[in-house]
Amino acid sequence: MLAILNPIMRIIEIPMLAMQRLLGINRLAWVFLLPNLVLFGLFAFLPVFLNVIYAMTGSDNVLLADRTFVGGQNFATLMDCSSYLDPNTCREDKFWRAVWNTGWFVTLQVTIMVGFSLLTAIILNRDIRARGFFRSVFFFPVLLSPVVVALIWKWILQREGVLNAFLDWTGAGGINWLVDAQWAFAWSVFISVWAHMGFYTLILLAGLQAIPRDVYEAAIMDRASPWRTFRRITLPLLSPTMLVVLVLALIKGVQTFDEIYAFTGGGPGTATTFIIQYIYEEGFAGAPRVFGMAAAASLLVALVLVLLTLVQLWINRRNVDG
Amino acid sequence: MSRIWSFLTATRGNGRLHWTDWVSYGYLVLGILLMFGPVVWLGLSSFKTQNELDRFPPRFLPYAQETMELSGFDEALPLFTVTEGEYAGEIVAQTRRAAGRAEVVLPVDPDTRIRLQASQLEPIERIAFATSNYTDLFERFNFLRYLFNSTFITVTATLLMLLVNSMAAFALSKYEFRGRTAVLLIVIGTLMIPQTVVLVPLFLIVTQMGMFNSLWGVIIPGAATPTGVFLLRQYMITIPDEILDAARMDKASEWKIFWRIIVPLSAPAIAVLAILAIMWRWNDFLWPLIVLTRSENFTLQLALNSFQGELQTDWPSLLAMTVLTLLPIAAVFMFLQRYIATGIASTGGK
Repeated sequence: MLAILNPIMRIIEIPMLAMQRLLGINRLAWVFLLPNLVLFGLFAFLPVFLNVIYAMTGSDNVLLADRTFVGGQNFATLMDCSSYLDPNTCREDKFWRAVWNTGWFVTLQVTIMVGFSLLTAIILNRDIRARGFFRSVFFFPVLLSPVVVALIWKWILQREGVLNAFLDWTGAGGINWLVDAQWAFAWSVFISVWAHMGFYTLILLAGLQAIPRDVYEAAIMDRASPWRTFRRITLPLLSPTMLVVLVLALIKGVQTFDEIYAFTGGGPGTATTFIIQYIYEEGFAGAPRVFGMAAAASLLVALVLVLLTLVQLWINRRNVDG
Repeated sequence: MSRIWSFLTATRGNGRLHWTDWVSYGYLVLGILLMFGPVVWLGLSSFKTQNELDRFPPRFLPYAQETMELSGFDEALPLFTVTEGEYAGEIVAQTRRAAGRAEVVLPVDPDTRIRLQASQLEPIERIAFATSNYTDLFERFNFLRYLFNSTFITVTATLLMLLVNSMAAFALSKYEFRGRTAVLLIVIGTLMIPQTVVLVPLFLIVTQMGMFNSLWGVIIPGAATPTGVFLLRQYMITIPDEILDAARMDKASEWKIFWRIIVPLSAPAIAVLAILAIMWRWNDFLWPLIVLTRSENFTLQLALNSFQGELQTDWPSLLAMTVLTLLPIAAVFMFLQRYIATGIASTGGK
C-alpha cells in the first residue's frame, strides 16, 4: 500500500544524498532528526516559554507586542482568596470552582475506575471461557470518541430517555439527571469511568499475567486461603503496575475536558466545569478573551502534570531496573 | 455446549462450579449489558422516526405505522384496528383526527366517512428501520464536508506523523553521534508538555503561521509525538546493524536504507503507531475546537458537538450522525483488535 509513496521517497532521496555526501553518514542523523525537532521546538518548547510571557501580560490581544506587562498580577488574581476552601470568597471564583470540581472529580473517578479495573482484570485473569471476547467488551468504549460517549449517555439520560422510562416502570419515578447539579456530577464520573476503565483493565491484566504461576502453585501447596494469596502475593506483585495505572489515570483525569464538555457543557451552572474547560473558556470561548488568565491557569496545571510525569518516569525506570 | 460445561467445571478440579465462578460470570454478563447496551440502544434509536423517538416510554425496536393508498386521497393513510363499538375488529384508514375524535374510512368503501373516538383505535404497526435519518444527513446537512475534513485530517496527520517519527527513531537507534543523549532527553521532555497546557501560545503560533481555520492548523502541531518516537526506536534497535552494513557495502544511500530496509522491517511497530494515530486524530476534539471555528471546517466531532448544543435538538439526525462517526473506529477495532491491545499496553495511550 505504501508503494504509492515511492515516487515521493525517490524525490526526497536526491537532497538526502547530497546531504550525505556533504555531512558524512553520522552527521546525517541530524537531518533525519530535523523535522521532528523543528516540530517539537515550534509546538512544544516555544509554547512553554510563550506561556510564561502570556501569564505575565494582560489585555485581550493575542499578539505579544500588543500585550502589556503586568508581572505576577494574573497569578495574584487567581490566588486572591480569603479562603481557598470556599470558591465564593475568591476573586476568580470560577477558577477555584473548577479547581475543586477537578479535585473531587479526579479523586472519585480515579478511585472508582482503578477499583473496577482491578476487579475486572482479576476476573478476566481467572480460567474463564472467551477471555478475549470479554476483554474487548470492557475495552471497546476506550476507542469511542468523547463526543460520541457523551451523546450515547445523554440520549439515555434525557428527560424522556430510556433510564427514566425504566424508573417510571419500577415506580421510582424519573429524574431530570443532567439538570440536577449533584446527579450531573455523579454521571460525569460514571461516563468517564465507563469510557476509560477498559484501558486500565488491559494494563492491569497484563500485570497479573506477568506474575509467575509457580508462586501461586507454592501458595496452594502451603494451603494458603484465596484471600491470603491475594493479599500476600497478587497485590504486592501487582503494585508496580498499580502505581503506573494510578499515575496515568491521574495525568489523564486532571486533563478531563472533551467528554464532559460535550456531555454537560460544564453545567448545570458550574457543577461540572473542570480546569481545562476554565482555560478554554477564558482564552477562547468568551469575549473578551482573557489569554493572560488562561495561560496562568495553564502553568499551574502544567506544574501538576510535570510532577506527575516525573513520578511516572521514575516508576518506569524503577520497574525496568528492578 | 457440553464442551463449555466440562471446560468450566474442570477449572476448579472438584467437578462443579465454585461460587466464585458464578460471581465472575455474573459480573461479566453485567459488563456486557452495561458496555454494549448503551451502544445498541443508540444504534436502534438511530433508525426510529421522530414520532417514535418522542414516544414515552420508548420501545426497544423501531416501529412504523402501516399505511395504505386509497383512491380519492393524496397521501397514504395510516391504518388502525377498531377495538370496540360497532366496527370492532375492522381495519380502518384514518383521514383526519382532532380533539380526541377521528374520521376514518373502510378500505373497501373509501367514500363513506365514519366518525369514531380516537381511543377506539389501535394503530397497526410493523418493525421498520427509518433509513431516512441517514439519507437526510447527506441531503440536509453538510455531512460529506465534515466527513471529508475528518478523513483528510486523520489520513494526512497519520502519514506525516509516521514519516517524521520514524525518521527521528531511525536516527536515534542506528546512528552514533554526539548529542544523542541530549536529543533523547528533549524527547522525554516533550512528554511533559501535553497540548492542553500550552493552548494559548499554540494558538498564537498557529495563527501567525496562517493556519487558523485551516485543517493544517490541526494536522501540523501534533505531527511529532514523543511516544511515537520511543515506540519506533525501541523496535528499530532490535534490527541487526549487519543488515545496514551490508546495504552500505552495496552503496545504498542512507535514505534508501531508511525507506527500503528500516521502514519495511519496522512494519509491526509502525502499524501499531498508525492505529493509535488514526484513533487519536479521528476522535480529537479540544484542539480542533479552538482552531476550526467556521462550520465548513468542522470535523465530525465538532459538527456533532455543535448540533447537540442547538436549542431544538434534531435527535433523528444527531443519532444517525453519531452512529456514522463511531462506525469507522468500530471497523478498525474489529479487524485490528490484537494490535490495538498490544499498542495501547506498550505506549500508555497516545
